[in-house]
Amino acid sequence: MLTKRIIPCLDIKNGRTVKGINFESLRDAGDPVELAEYYSESGADELVFLDITATEERRDTLVELVKSIAEKINIPFTVGGGISKISDVERLLRTGADKISVNSAAVKDPDLINRLSAKFGSQCIVVAIDAKKTEGIWKIHLAGGKIPTEIELFSWAREVEERGAGEILFTSMDHDGTKNGFANEALAKMSEMLTIPVIASGGAGNVSHFTDTFLKGKADAALAASVFHYGEIDIIDLKKELLKNNIPVRI
Amino acid sequence: MKIAVIDYGAGNVQSVKYALNRLGYESFLSDDAEKISSADKVIFPGVGEAASAMKAIKAKKLEQVIPELKQPVLGICLGMQLMCNYSEEGNTQGLGIFDLTVKRFETDLKVPQIGWNQIEDLRSPLFKNISENEYMYLVHSYYVPINENTIAKTNYGIAYASAIQKDNFYGVQFHPEKSSKAGEILLKNFLEL
Repeated sequence: MLTKRIIPCLDIKNGRTVKGINFESLRDAGDPVELAEYYSESGADELVFLDITATEERRDTLVELVKSIAEKINIPFTVGGGISKISDVERLLRTGADKISVNSAAVKDPDLINRLSAKFGSQCIVVAIDAKKTEGIWKIHLAGGKIPTEIELFSWAREVEERGAGEILFTSMDHDGTKNGFANEALAKMSEMLTIPVIASGGAGNVSHFTDTFLKGKADAALAASVFHYGEIDIIDLKKELLKNNIPVRI
Repeated sequence: MKIAVIDYGAGNVQSVKYALNRLGYESFLSDDAEKISSADKVIFPGVGEAASAMKAIKAKKLEQVIPELKQPVLGICLGMQLMCNYSEEGNTQGLGIFDLTVKRFETDLKVPQIGWNQIEDLRSPLFKNISENEYMYLVHSYYVPINENTIAKTNYGIAYASAIQKDNFYGVQFHPEKSSKAGEILLKNFLEL
């Protein structure tokens, strides 16, 4: 049976992990490669690296980092953050990234999704969508959530699928950082509407939030950062709990 | 041991090479018919779309070379699918090593299938020290139906062939280079064939 995926997300700045990641077993908690290895051996199904500097000058640093990660870890990983050019995607995939994610660039130039999926295949194109509910309507936001748009979430999600995205990574800005659970109502609507997988992001605080996002939110995968980085949730323990709720996971 | 990884522009060639490195094996990327033919083992990777991948193989004049290889050959993901006669993806004529048709998933489940699924009914030295129902990482929208060359099965709406073998040709739908320790064991088994 295909299992539900648990995906730790690592924010990268200038080739280093940010946020106070704190594991006693790690020699250098700022080293993304060491952290990636730790997660790949601790039950993570995939990893996402989000480059939050993501300026042109930093692109070379990112490519170097992707190479080091690909050399070391034996599970799939996605790289995102400021990607807007075919040539960037080509370099990252050639260097060893399994998937790339695009966000703002796809909103500004939706045809980018068509061009990327035609060239590299849908399976490696993740479209990340940040959205916030305003006056009852989910609207997408750009630049890490800083810039609101008038684009409605579900119509954009459908368009993204039609243009050839292989997966959607949906972050609810209303839930992100709250540790109050994922946006399950919106997730379920999106997941049932689409034929491609949906990754839930934003709001993970405890184990039952993951159970809920798979059962109520119909998510195909769940992404989180701080609950894993601060050791609040151990991935193997989380998966055991999911199994008890008849949610298929890989242990 | 000389291990050739066929390089026709597929995205995951480096990942395959890195995985072999982790196992302590050196390999080389090549699109050169002579170098590929004289290797001890050949890995035929692939991600992406069938028609354009086949076009790239033809552009490198490898469509005659690959079916004539005599050493163990491992096709991965799209590599496995291209070893078949025909794929519904882009109405693509494949290399014809396996007399099989690659079909698109018709299911209520999500397509592409992305993630970790189980392999079962394992029947090949390729799976030495790998248990029944082990998890492997898969990403695909098209599949090879169960057939007489099937050496592993997976269920996704229907049971399909997640690994096939005929003579010296092996194909796996999953990505051993991304399937954690179990995938590494499979690669090692292939290299020790």
